[in-house]
Amino acid sequence: MQLKETTMQKTLLNTNTDFEVRSLDSMCINESEIRHPWWHNLKYLAVGIIFGIILVKSEVVSWFRIQEMFRLQSFHMYGVIGSAVATGIISIQLIKKFGIKTLYGEPIAIHPKRFNKGQIYGGLLFGLGWALTGACPGPLYALIGTGAYVIAVVLLSAIAGTWVYGLVRDKMPH
Amino acid sequence: MLELIRSPWPWYIAGPLIGLMVPALLIMGNKIFGISSSLRHICAACVPGNISFFKYNWKLEAWNLFLVAGVLIGGFLAYRFLWNPNEIKLNPRLIQSLQQSGITHFDGLLPKDLFSFPALMTPRGLIFMLLGGFLVGFGTRYAGGCTSGHSIMGLSNLQLPSLVATVCFMAGGFIMTNLILPLLLKL
Repeated sequence: MQLKETTMQKTLLNTNTDFEVRSLDSMCINESEIRHPWWHNLKYLAVGIIFGIILVKSEVVSWFRIQEMFRLQSFHMYGVIGSAVATGIISIQLIKKFGIKTLYGEPIAIHPKRFNKGQIYGGLLFGLGWALTGACPGPLYALIGTGAYVIAVVLLSAIAGTWVYGLVRDKMPH
Repeated sequence: MLELIRSPWPWYIAGPLIGLMVPALLIMGNKIFGISSSLRHICAACVPGNISFFKYNWKLEAWNLFLVAGVLIGGFLAYRFLWNPNEIKLNPRLIQSLQQSGITHFDGLLPKDLFSFPALMTPRGLIFMLLGGFLVGFGTRYAGGCTSGHSIMGLSNLQLPSLVATVCFMAGGFIMTNLILPLLLKL
């Protein structure tokens, strides 16, 4: 069964000519050939828990902090994003330099992102929504966890937005 | 020690920790840090319709759903056990400006004037919650990622498209906050 799935996936990868879709979601390209039982995913749950705690404790989830950022009234958010990117750059350089492999011994591969107009139009639309809701997708989940249950409505609306994008994506400029 | 954890975390602690999500996920299993993809996987799992964009084996991406479930749990744990509500210090200029627009709640993480179940029945609430959420979902997928996937992951890998996306995220945010939001708050 597992072997079958792998072969199917391979065929899918080989016959998929819609590169645009795949470049939009590079996590699809970066698929490992190894299949694991479901509980291997618990480590990602743990990473998520840590991420959620950081988002709340650094007040990145605060609507007010996002307002301060877009009104240039606080350095906080710029510091968070800037130092996160700096750490990420150093980490990826180290991974590349020392050829660090995954826990399962596979080489780490990061596919480059391709430019398309969606990054401009979609980026602007997301920016408008980010300032309204005061939350990007990560904080939406974290906020629900803090007991702001009304944010579940915002999350459902975001899922609806993603769905509508899927519906009209062929008609949108890319 | 607990007191230190309970006080707000400065940017130079939180930022590098967030940056470490990138190598952690790569090393754990070649996973690309990103949160907004989860919205697509939820569509694919629950309401794929007959839309080709949602016809893929979402179970292969289940790790991403575990990640966001963790974010939700993390939010709960931080707020329940590590939260000190007295210490959110906002810029007085922000408070003053929002007060002029009729915002009265400055405690907590969200202004209850805009984000609450009763507010869902008001034009303001509909715009901030429903339209705002819709734009987040539509825009992130159109852009191919959100603050995590483009601004953190993409920039960490020195990707020019991610820089374009990040600049546009910020531009959209500045336009909304400074040009449109003052009008919306008058509703």
